[in-house]
Amino acid sequence: MSDGKLVGIVLVSHSAEVAASVAGLAKGLAGGDVSVPIAPAGGTAAGGFGTSSELVSAAAASVDRGAGVAVLADLGSAVLTVKALLAEGDELPDGTRLVDAPFVEGAVAAVVTAATGADLAAVEAAAAEAYAYRKE
Amino acid sequence: MLDADFFRRWMTACAASVEREADRLTALDSPIGDADHGTNLQRGFRAVTAALEREAPTTPGAVLTLAGRQLISSVGGASGPLYGTLLRRTGKALGDAAEVSEEQLAEALRAGVDAVRALGGAAPGDKTMVDALVPAVEALSTSFAAAKDAADEGAIATTPMLARKGRASYLGERSVGHQDPGATSSALIVAALEEADGE
Repeated sequence: MSDGKLVGIVLVSHSAEVAASVAGLAKGLAGGDVSVPIAPAGGTAAGGFGTSSELVSAAAASVDRGAGVAVLADLGSAVLTVKALLAEGDELPDGTRLVDAPFVEGAVAAVVTAATGADLAAVEAAAAEAYAYRKE
Repeated sequence: MLDADFFRRWMTACAASVEREADRLTALDSPIGDADHGTNLQRGFRAVTAALEREAPTTPGAVLTLAGRQLISSVGGASGPLYGTLLRRTGKALGDAAEVSEEQLAEALRAGVDAVRALGGAAPGDKTMVDALVPAVEALSTSFAAAKDAADEGAIATTPMLARKGRASYLGERSVGHQDPGATSSALIVAALEEADGE
């Protein structure tokens, strides 16, 4: 637990619709408590497919409650943009981490876990654990 | 010695080269990518040119870190964070000296290429920009012309390779027989060094 502050979640996708929709899905599956700060950062600033570092930075700032921010990303430039911003040092709130997790399943696990008041490490672990869920 | 004006000319030459070759880069990106490499880099280097005019950085390091930031924020595709990291890390390695030697540039670019490899996880032979950049950095201690030739050869050598990174890697064997667009644009950026030097 971290002083009642909730970990923020940012969902970075190449598509604005995918990011927003996965955010909605994760919130819905989290049940009653939708107080988890969650922000989609999808597509380019111009509305196309791709990644916007401005949208990512703004989303992270908007969900930062002082308990850390877990960022989930889908493909190529989404992952690389978040990594490059983290390497920059001052572009994302302190305690922001790129979580190595499948995008949809990881987002659901992260939001459900964050809703319990879990700390960033627990949210990250829950999201990463989603890789272990086999579908065969 | 190379001053801030040299690095400004390098970035301007990159921008001009990308404008000239944008259609070709996008065409290369069509069979094995998502056909946006030329337009993405055009947008990125236009932002670089505008920022350099607006902010007029005064050291080589400041020129490259500013340019790198613009690429990270304006490109929209994977080439943005990759080339942005290349320039930013190279710029940081140059520090705040008013002038740098060609040897210092070669050393700094090596740090930049290492950062690109760390970010994207690509090694030589994976059919990426690394295949042009690594030989170019090796040859840079000889001359800008040698670096250009090494980058060109590196880019051409990606044609028979099987892509192991990026979107093209999803294509497996079907990625063979196409020159990598990222290695091709890397060769343009290296070639622009010689243009900046010759002006």
